[in-house]
Parts: sequence; C-alpha cells; structure tokens
Amino acid sequence: MNAPRKLRIATVSLAGCFGCHMSLLDIDEQVFALLERVEFDRSPLTDIKHCGPCDIGLVEGGVCNSENVHVLREFRAECKTLVALGACAVNGGLPAQRNHIDVGRCLSAVFQSRPGMDTAEVPDDPELPLPLDKVHPIHEVVRVDYFLPGCPPSGEAIWQFLSDLLAGRTPRVASPLLHFD
Amino acid sequence: MTRLAWADTMDETLQRYGRRPEYLLQMLIHLQGAENWLPPAALTALAGALGLPRARVEGVAGFYSFLHTRPVGQYRVLFSDNIIDRMAGSQAMMARLCRNLWLSPGQCSEDGLASVDFTSCTGLGDQGPPLLVNGYAIGRLDDARIDAVCELIRQRRPLAEWPPGLFHVDDNIRRRDALLAAQLRPGQALQAALAIGRAGWMAQMTASRLRGRGGAGFTTAVKWQACRDAPGAEKVVVCNADEGEPGTFKDRVLLNTCADLVFEGMTLAAWAVGAQRGFVYLRGEYRSLLPALEATLARRRAEGWLGRAIGGVAGFDFDIEIHLGAGAYVCGEETALLESLEGKRGTPRIRPPFPVTHGYLGRPTVVNNVETLAKCCLIAVHGGAAFAATGTAQSAGTKLLSVSGDCARPGVYEFPFGVTIGQVLEACGAQDTIAVQVGGAAGITLAPYEFGRRVAFEDVPTAGAFMVFDSSRDMFDVAHNFVRFFAHESCGFCTPCRVGTAMLADTLDKLAEGKGSPADLIEIEDLDRVLKQASHCGLGSAAPNPVLDGLQKFRPAFERRLMHADFSPAFDLDGALRRARQMTGRDDAGAHLPQQAEPPR
Repeated sequence: MNAPRKLRIATVSLAGCFGCHMSLLDIDEQVFALLERVEFDRSPLTDIKHCGPCDIGLVEGGVCNSENVHVLREFRAECKTLVALGACAVNGGLPAQRNHIDVGRCLSAVFQSRPGMDTAEVPDDPELPLPLDKVHPIHEVVRVDYFLPGCPPSGEAIWQFLSDLLAGRTPRVASPLLHFD
Repeated sequence: MTRLAWADTMDETLQRYGRRPEYLLQMLIHLQGAENWLPPAALTALAGALGLPRARVEGVAGFYSFLHTRPVGQYRVLFSDNIIDRMAGSQAMMARLCRNLWLSPGQCSEDGLASVDFTSCTGLGDQGPPLLVNGYAIGRLDDARIDAVCELIRQRRPLAEWPPGLFHVDDNIRRRDALLAAQLRPGQALQAALAIGRAGWMAQMTASRLRGRGGAGFTTAVKWQACRDAPGAEKVVVCNADEGEPGTFKDRVLLNTCADLVFEGMTLAAWAVGAQRGFVYLRGEYRSLLPALEATLARRRAEGWLGRAIGGVAGFDFDIEIHLGAGAYVCGEETALLESLEGKRGTPRIRPPFPVTHGYLGRPTVVNNVETLAKCCLIAVHGGAAFAATGTAQSAGTKLLSVSGDCARPGVYEFPFGVTIGQVLEACGAQDTIAVQVGGAAGITLAPYEFGRRVAFEDVPTAGAFMVFDSSRDMFDVAHNFVRFFAHESCGFCTPCRVGTAMLADTLDKLAEGKGSPADLIEIEDLDRVLKQASHCGLGSAAPNPVLDGLQKFRPAFERRLMHADFSPAFDLDGALRRARQMTGRDDAGAHLPQQAEPPR
C-alpha cells in the first residue's frame, strides 16, 4: 500500500497584515497532522519565491497594487483550488478603507506634504509596485473557489476548513466558527 | 416664504388625519404637496406633532421612491423603465427631454425647475412609452408630445392648466368575457348576497372555487372563513390595488371602468367576514384615478351601499377609505402592504401569523386583489355553481391579462382560464414571437415550444402580465432589465436580497459590457441559489427567475457575451494604475497591467 500523495499548499499575504497566517499557526499541535498530509510550496513559512504547481492556494489580503495582481495571477495559474482567506481577501477589509480617498492625494499626503520628509517627491523607482486606485477583494481579479471570512478566521475555523478540503469534502464552516469580524 | 408653505400644510395635514401615526405615510404624501419635497424641519415638526421618534418619520420618508428628503425639481419627470417601455423607445424620449431642458438624468436643474429620472413600470405598457410628471401619467410619448411637455415646463404652467388630452389614458379592452361584459347595477350583487344571508353567501363563495387573482391563487372563501372565525371583533377588508408587477395594468382598467364592482366586492367580503372598515391601497402611479374613485365612494354612500345599515340590514356597517402608495413595488406583497397601510416602511412581515388573524393593526384582515373582489359580484348575482362551471378543474372563472410588447393589439384581454399562450398571441396579433413573459418580472419566461401551455394555476399561473417579445429582441436585455428592477425595488431589510440582487445586477452589467467569463455564469447560479433559499420574502426569491429561465431557455444570448477567458475583471486594471503613474511620472513596463492573465506556463 502506497501512502497517499502529499498535497502541495502555497500561501501568500497580499494587502493583509499576516494575521491570517498567524491564525493558521494557531492550529497548534494540529500542525503535525497537517504536515503529514501536505507539503508547503511558496509561503512565508518556506521563503520559496515563486509558486509551482499546487493543489491548494491560500490567499490572505486584498489586491492593492500591481505586484499583488501578478502574484495572485501566478497563484491562480498554479493552484487547482484557490481560497480567499480572511476579511481582506474576501471583501478588501481594512486596506479598502482608503477606497473613498483619491490615491493621488494619499501619495501626496504621505510623500509630499508630510513634515519631516527628506525629499518631497513620490518615489518613482521601477522596483516599487504602483498602487491601484482602489483596493479590491481577490475575486474581482481572479476566479476564486472558496471563501473563508473572519478577521482573522480562528485557527479552529481554518483547521476545519483545511480538514474538509484535504479529505475531499466541500468545505463547510458553520456558525459559531463562521463570522465576518 | 417657503417655510410657510409646508407649515401651513402641516396644520391642515394634522387636522385631516387626526394625528394618528398609522396615517404617517398619507400625511407625508399630503405634506409633500406643499413644496414637492419634505424639508428636514418639516419631518422634525411632524415627528413632534405625532409624538414619534424623528428617525421613524425619516425612515418612512426615506423608504418610498415618490417621497423626497432632498429638493427635486418643481416638475419631477419620471420615465417608466420596464423592458416594454424601453422597447417602445423610452430612452430616446428621455434623451430628447433632457436635451430640450438642458438636464441630466438624476439631477435637478440649477434653477430648480425640473428633474428627470427613471422609475419602475408605471402600468401603461399598452400605450407607452409613458412618463409621470409630478405623479400624473402621460402615455404614448413621441417627439411632439415630449416637446409639448417641455414647453409647458418652460412656461412653468401649473399641471392643472396642462391640456387634459395629454393625460388621457386608454382602457384598451380587447376581449370581454364574464366580468368585463357584465352589466350589473350598483348594489345588485349586494342585494343578492344579503337576500341569502351571511352563511348562504359564504356557501356560494365556497361553491364558486374562486382563487385569488393577485398571483398566489389562494382560495378566497377559505381566506374569508379564516378571517370570519378569527378572534377579534374589529375586522378589516383590504383591496390590494398596488399593481406594481412590471407589465401589468388590468387593475388600472378595472378601477377606471368598473370601480363599483370592486367596491361592491369589498362590501361583499365585509358582509361575509363581519368587517366594518375597508381600505383600498392604491399605488401612487395611479393617483390620477383617485378623484373618480372618491366620487364613486361618495355616490355609493349616498345610495346606501356604504355606511350604516347597508341595504337596510341593521348592524351591517361598512365603509371604505383609499390610501395612496408612494412608489414601492414590495408593498404589493400583502404583509408589506399592511405595514405601509399602518404608516410604516413597507417591510414584509414574517408569516405566520397570517393577515387573516393578525393583519391591519393586528386585526383579522382579508387582503384581496382588485380583480378577485370584482369577481365576487358575479358569484353573488349568478351563483357559485355557475362561476365554478367555467375555466379549468383547478382554476374557475376567467382571467384578465395585460398584454403588451410586440403585438398589433396590446391591451386587456379577458379569457376563461385554460386559454393557451398561443391563443392569446393570436388574439393580440403577435407575430414571429420568440418569448412570452407571463406573470411579470417575477413570473416565467416561456419559449415557443411552450406556447401550447395554458394560463391556469395548475399550469402557468399569473397575476396578469403578458409581455410579448419577437425575434428582434435580445432575451439577455429582458433578464438584465428585470434584475435591475429587483435590485432597485429590494426593500433592504434582509441581506440575501439587498446584497444578492445588487450583486446579480452587477454581474449582468459585467456581461452586458462584454467582460463576462464562464466563472461569472457560475457566480450567477450561486447567487440565484442564495436568493431563492435565503430571502425574507417573495421579492428576493423571485428575483433570479428571469435569469434562471433565460439561462435555461436562451443560454446563447448569455454565452455570446462571454470573453473566451477563465476570468476577466469587471474594472479596467491598467486604468486603475493611471493615477499612480501620474503621481510618479512612471511609464515603464512595470507600471502597466494587462487586463488578461498570461496563459498558464
């Protein structure tokens, strides 16, 4: 009897705070159970820079700049199942609170008119990704298979969600684990 | 000066409605007459006078489309936006009016003279495109009539001085059967019902097998018996004349041509259940009918068919008052209607309890459609058995259909239940028909292979709308129009409907712009499921019907709008970087984004 193939998981934080990743680590000793079933591809946990072919992609955070778009598209292209993890990926969350402000005014307020800045110029280094005029939830940029809301979703919710996914069950996180705050 | 305008009206309003909170909506409608809108100070004053929280008053004022909490033009022009009106050229008419008056839709002209916008179906689908000016309908718009309207507005002529011909509305009765051909004297049906006594009359109703004509088809006699037997001495009869379903207008014609039958039907219901009070809830779009209806009520009181000891029967006291709606489709749902009748926002109630035990102000209440009540007169005069002998096994009697769209003779047709779709199409002179929408936006879309189906509760149930589309029409546009209608008319109370209808409309907008992908069709199906299963009332659960039918029967119309891509954003990705490029002065490759993802490696 061959052991079942380990599933490959990639994770990333776009316009997020890494809170969802912290919550993922909050599954505590279940990490061992998880590692028996999966191996990690691109992730802040592995420091792999580009995502290879994966079974599951977990995306934390919304889409706030051009780099987010490229990374998200790489995830969509490589991951069979793509999951929006947490409030920001699902709805834009806290970073999207800038959406009612003109991004030009934001840049100007931060780089041109803030006291104590050395130079009053908006950085133009091509290395820096440009911000989009609005922060978008990830499903407005790529097709998304599953959504797990919460700010962050609890470790327990993430574990239940992943257990379902790994076992081939359609994930179903119900109240009280399911919440939007 | 302007302050005085509403202040004067306030005293008159309070006096007229006796400071009763259940008349709040009627008071707001009356008060708005002073200045065309409801200034904040007026709402505060009204709340104070009624002893209601300010938020309650503003909540009601903010709910109804025809109440304005911000200034609108002295002339407020609303174009009916049903798909049938669009097909008749409503958008070109609106553009012409805007051009003539130097206006943009949705904005008030700088001099405060006029504002222009769209509104949901105004019930003139057989003589469109129509508009409402300060609540009064003008149909059969063409360039000349639009120019005439613009001239009258420019001259600031009061509406009362406009040529009456402009406001003429045709009945367009094309086929008469038992109801429309009946020549009953006022009081004839009542005399017959009084003669056989209360129990005898209820027995006739039971024998008639009459079912409600508002769409749901509940057996009228069962409803009446439940109300009669419900505890509580004060019973109420309500006539639902909030005919808001897009594409229907037969109740307008009934109220215009046989109001006596409708009022007499209400009185017959009152006789059966023991009610003293009756209300007609008349949709705001039909307020032009109000003076004639009030006159008919006055005459019936004078003739002794309303008031005390009706028909000489001691203790049979019943009278009817008319309440106006103010532009809210959801109020056609009977519990939302009752809320509105009580002067509240039109939020549907949770059932049970049903109105027959807990209706208007918690009293046992019968709510019947205009057509249902009119039919009761036939039953009283000719007997329940005669009525039951027509129609089909489960659908006794006739049905009034409001026929509009691509046909030679749009108008009202009265057919016995059981008539096929094809027979109606032939009668109205429809040719090259690719689809019929029966029952309005919430109804069913029928394709040609279904034209042999029958109008009946057991096959194709309908409240009366019958919209015809020929091969020049795109059925995606039809579904798109209906979905936007539901998004506009959602009452906002429950999240699945408030958010779901908006998301569905956004997704169809995306398809309409040619940015759709197969993933969006899956999204649409998911949204349809949520709306169907989780909505608080029928509005939300019916909202996906046009899309579900469209996807099933006219799928290519949807598919041709898809890009051949896995997914494409609805917004312009590269455009979203424009502002940042401007701020940084960059134009390198990294400062741009392709709309489509690169093909997978």
